[in-house]
Amino acid sequence: MGEIFVVVEHRDGELREITQQMLWKANELCQSLSNTLTAVIIGGKDEPFIQELTERADRVIVVEDERLKDFNGDYYKEILYRLIQERHPLLTMIGHTPWGMDFGPPLSIKTGFPIATDCVDILVEDGRLKAVRQIYTGKLFSKVSFKESDGYLITVRSGAFPPDKAGEHKGEVIKQEMPADLPEVGKEFIAFEEAAAGEVDITQADLLVSIGRGIGEEDNVAIAKELADMMGGVLSCSRPVVDKNWLPKYHQVGTSGKSVKPKVYLALGISGAFQHVAGISGAGTIIAVNKDKKAPIFRVADYGVVDDLFKIVDALKERLAA
Amino acid sequence: MDIVVCVKRVPLTQEVDLEIDPQKKEVRKDMLAYSINEWDNYAIEEAVLLKEKFGGDVTAVTVGVEDDEEVLRRCLAMGADRAIRVEPGDLSLDPFVISRILAEVIKGVKHDLVLTGVQADDVNDGAVGTMLAEHLGLNHAAVVTRVEPEGNEATIHIELEGGTDEVSKIKFPALLSIQTGINEPRYVSIMGIRKAAKKELKVVKVEELGLSEDDLTPWVSVDEVFLPPETEGAEIIEGDPGTVAEEILRIIKEKGVST
Ligand SMILES: Cc1cc2nc3c(=O)[nH]c(=O)nc-3n(C[C@H](O)[C@H](O)[C@H](O)COP(=O)(O)OP(=O)(O)OC[C@H]3O[C@@H](n4cnc5c(N)ncnc54)[C@H](O)[C@@H]3O)c2cc1C
Ligand SMILES: Nc1ncnc2c1ncn2[C@@H]1O[C@H](COP(=O)(O)O)[C@@H](O)[C@H]1O
Repeated sequence: MGEIFVVVEHRDGELREITQQMLWKANELCQSLSNTLTAVIIGGKDEPFIQELTERADRVIVVEDERLKDFNGDYYKEILYRLIQERHPLLTMIGHTPWGMDFGPPLSIKTGFPIATDCVDILVEDGRLKAVRQIYTGKLFSKVSFKESDGYLITVRSGAFPPDKAGEHKGEVIKQEMPADLPEVGKEFIAFEEAAAGEVDITQADLLVSIGRGIGEEDNVAIAKELADMMGGVLSCSRPVVDKNWLPKYHQVGTSGKSVKPKVYLALGISGAFQHVAGISGAGTIIAVNKDKKAPIFRVADYGVVDDLFKIVDALKERLAA
Repeated sequence: MDIVVCVKRVPLTQEVDLEIDPQKKEVRKDMLAYSINEWDNYAIEEAVLLKEKFGGDVTAVTVGVEDDEEVLRRCLAMGADRAIRVEPGDLSLDPFVISRILAEVIKGVKHDLVLTGVQADDVNDGAVGTMLAEHLGLNHAAVVTRVEPEGNEATIHIELEGGTDEVSKIKFPALLSIQTGINEPRYVSIMGIRKAAKKELKVVKVEELGLSEDDLTPWVSVDEVFLPPETEGAEIIEGDPGTVAEEILRIIKEKGVST
């Protein structure tokens, strides 16, 4: 009977939602594999969520030290490497977040355990672990298997599993000191920096008219802005529009932008990459306009229009002006 | 400051009805147009900007077939000094094998900084960059949106979720995976590409690198690719733009938004 590790992601004394999602899946896997579930906390002294996690796992390993208060992927890698050597978990689950992307792949190389990244599902087939991933920004799924190994690593996409918090475990807490002989880290944390607030707050809007790369060029942004004004809505966008400096950052919807909750989200020329749609899970109704009938946005939208966005925008303006 | 940039050529799949190949391992690629991976375009631009400011050499590297040289020529036109293509023959490539090959090549090139993209737009692994850092024993950071070198270190911004950045200091030599939006990649003209044809583009066969069979055996392999499960999906509004517009306005009103 082996273990499944879930690497707890937390910031400023709070669990990140990805942790709950991984615990949900890990619990399910433990049942089918008769494994036990170990939550691994690497953090500062007395992180406030230790107790909560004892209800969700068979054991909670806590490695605590002042130096671990702020995330540092190099420490995570070294500490997890030692824990894996010591306990031989069959599977170690890590969030596919900027932090997980920092230490997950290096940990794979260091342990020699194969890693599948950004997975949306984990399966057991004929007693072997498999992972399901998305490729081509969600247009296709891919089922992958691993080279035979003593253990495996998987990074999990946020939102792939429910954030369900139910749990009847009474996990024991195992506190460990930070190993004394860790190599020097090459990166030094200085500060968090929050994005500046903007002129508009897209999180408060009832109606968002949201544009993606399909808007084509900078001059066309005005066309969409005009529509948003006529409709009494607010203009928002996907990341490429901000990357190209066509709109300021505070318009951006998605994992690295804002999570929004309008009554209606009108997506124009947005393909529906997970980093974008993660930001609109709180929207009441999603209407998507896209030329590509296979665009992944149509899988999350309530209504879809397969057409050129400019034709639809013009027609909307005509109706509104009449 | 000498910089190595890893770049990949990827197929463009937006607005394309993808077809799966008969072995069910990949999409049919014969009809697809290709371009430089979006993230790598920002990475090569960042390298050239740093070179313009601090001096040094920029080398662009790809593991790929002859057609992939197109993206190397593009990098040379943008300001890279030389390019290296590793011909993988009929090896199956996964992030482990790719990073192993890249590490072997980069060992032979002077570098203070190695830049990759955060992810490749085809496989979306987001793994090759930081794996490569581990092979090479380099300090590293993932999802970087700002690089300000000072002596033998740099202040960097790492993008977290929700508009929060982590500001950190990192010592060279280091590997950074570059996020889109970090700069404004310059325009590349056909003339520019022609002019850059004089620059060195070296082709190395993977066999020449002296890697072992273990190094070239993938850790993860594709069993099968498949189209997304047909879930409920959107209700499609049909009709000419006028009819569609009316229907959209009706829905918006119904949902309690006044226009
Ligand atoms: C760490 C990380 C964080 C990220 N964070 C975010 C984030 O917060 N927000 C975000 O949006 N992205 C984010 N991304 C980027 C994300 O992966 C996608 O690259 C991005 O969302 C794509 O934007 P898009 O849909 O506008 O562009 P594309 O994917 O290029 O899609 C454009 C769409 O427009 C359609 N189209 C083109 N012309 C027309 C027309 N005339 N009429 C109708 N349709 C048309 C096309 O069919 C296509 O579907 C992040 C990526 C990473 C790696
Ligand atoms: N075949 C390749 N040749 C050179 N660099 C690559 C290759 N594949 C991936 N990379 C680099 O690794 C980054 C991340 O790719 P991936 O881990 O495949 O999503 C890319 O943005 C490139 O910088």
